Amino acid sequence: MTAFVIRRLLQSVVVMLAMSVIVFAGVFAIGNPVDILINPQADQAEIARATAAFGLNKPLWVQYLDFLRQAARGDLGRSFVFNEPALGLILQRLPATLELALSAMLIAVVFGIPLGIWAGMRPDGAAGQAITAGSILGFSLPTFWVGLMLILVFAVKLGWLPSTGRGATVRVLGIDTSLFTWDGLRHLVLPATNLALFQLALVIRLARAGTREVLLLDYIKFARAKGLGTGRILGVHVLKNILIPIVTVVGIEFGAVIAFAVVTETIFAWPGMGKLIIDSIGVLDRPVIVAYLVLTVAIVIAINLAVDLLYAALDPRVRLAEAK
Amino acid sequence: MSLAAAPVDRRAETPWRRLLAEFAGSRLAVLGLALFVIILSLALLAPLVAPQDPYDLAKLDLLDSRLPPGSHAADGMLYALGTDDQGRDLFSAILYGLRTSLWVGAGSAVVALAIGAAVGMVAAYAGGRLDAFLMRIVDIQLSFPAILVALILLALLGRGVGKILLALVTVQWAYYARTVRGTALVERQREYVEAARCLALPTHRIVFRHLLPNCLPPLIVVVTVQVAHAIALEATLSFLGIGLPVTQPSLGLLVANGYQYMLSGDYWISFFPGFALLLLIVSINLAGDRLRDVLNPRLRR
Repeated sequence: MTAFVIRRLLQSVVVMLAMSVIVFAGVFAIGNPVDILINPQADQAEIARATAAFGLNKPLWVQYLDFLRQAARGDLGRSFVFNEPALGLILQRLPATLELALSAMLIAVVFGIPLGIWAGMRPDGAAGQAITAGSILGFSLPTFWVGLMLILVFAVKLGWLPSTGRGATVRVLGIDTSLFTWDGLRHLVLPATNLALFQLALVIRLARAGTREVLLLDYIKFARAKGLGTGRILGVHVLKNILIPIVTVVGIEFGAVIAFAVVTETIFAWPGMGKLIIDSIGVLDRPVIVAYLVLTVAIVIAINLAVDLLYAALDPRVRLAEAK
Repeated sequence: MSLAAAPVDRRAETPWRRLLAEFAGSRLAVLGLALFVIILSLALLAPLVAPQDPYDLAKLDLLDSRLPPGSHAADGMLYALGTDDQGRDLFSAILYGLRTSLWVGAGSAVVALAIGAAVGMVAAYAGGRLDAFLMRIVDIQLSFPAILVALILLALLGRGVGKILLALVTVQWAYYARTVRGTALVERQREYVEAARCLALPTHRIVFRHLLPNCLPPLIVVVTVQVAHAIALEATLSFLGIGLPVTQPSLGLLVANGYQYMLSGDYWISFFPGFALLLLIVSINLAGDRLRDVLNPRLRR
């Protein structure tokens, strides 16, 4: 087990380093930020001074090593636009993104599992088929367009819910959150639902497939023969056994949800880090782009590592296969 | 389903006919295929079918901007789906946008298929360390969300047709590589490969003429899924303003253009392009779903 953990940790570090090289080298392909930031009428001397001030005149590999050294200290450069530490800017907006992503996951699980079990229990019933068709549609729907339609229906036509922004927030345990104010929750409903759609379809599909398989097994028949109620059989015996694949997939998908929040945040003007990165790409704010990419990649790698390690801890076959 | 279809083709049952008959067993799949063929022909024939050339700025009239569906132009032309903020006929713009979306989706899938198939074949045939190395790369690539990979590339490279193709290929190739390797590993144990080897055929001939054609069925299924994914991803990225350039208005850009007017109630500029996108993706997924069932030997009798 120790060897497996070490090997997996090393792999994560290598991938992280590779990503940092790609991100860093690539950032230099996207135009010169000096052109954008300083007065177009500036003379050569002024341009040279600005270039030197941002450290853009050194050789690329020196800049990369500087970048790594500073990154190790948690310094990913200062935003050209806000003139603040880039990582700080991203971290300020991370809670908003996490709040959105967690709410979306919660919606997907809370609605997805019961719907999926229902569809798996009565696959030929009208409700079961409607749920299945809905989940297939959920995979096909272009999420960004659905977001617009949600705004159109619930904000523009019906006027029930606000369409942009985060609403009132309160400070809980040192983090600003909109989960505990009525106004904040009202702002959260549409974006979280939008972000949840794909995961909801996924959870429904997994729960449905799992239920169909589990219902045929002997222990369910035995539980029925014992005279247990349907509620108890579904809530305890079926649920426990279909949860394993669902928990795994939800864990892995969490990284994808955070990445996809870029789209949802842009549509609903949600002040998270996804909206920030899209704005920053528009104005070529390199340090912020780099900080976002490095942080998001790190989050995804960490999630994958955690899921892999948990899996190996639970299932000895995984680490044996890896050791060969 | 296959039982009902069998007697029709008793005279000459070719693999193709059997496939078609089995495919036709699902009405939903036939509907999806028909829808796809209609969308495809409309997109291909756009210059003939569209009432207006949306790229021809001389034909656009700013006075006609943001007209609701069913309005008429000064010369009596019908704007069946309304016009956008530049006075473009939305129906024409959608047809041309479909063209862009389709060729970017299909083009990226073909390139990714070629790269993925080559990598998968090499991995399966070489085995050992090379195989382990290549598959580790595939695993790592697949552990990253597609949107994040595309975001990294496009944030770094900027927008453009070539760049979005590169991003879409990067996102897709690993799926093909994994599928081809898995199938090829099974297929290379088969007798016909052994027979070809006994005939002392050169390796490249065995791989391309014998092994590859037999790996095709699962690949075709992956292609349908991936083309639908690629089209959706391209639309998403173009919507965000980091995909295709404004000169190549794909469906995603059309939706984005309408976004600012939606809050004032001009719903059609965003609604119809997105709906066209939805129809396209659903049609591909419906047909692809059935293909998976038909081509899966495990589900056959």
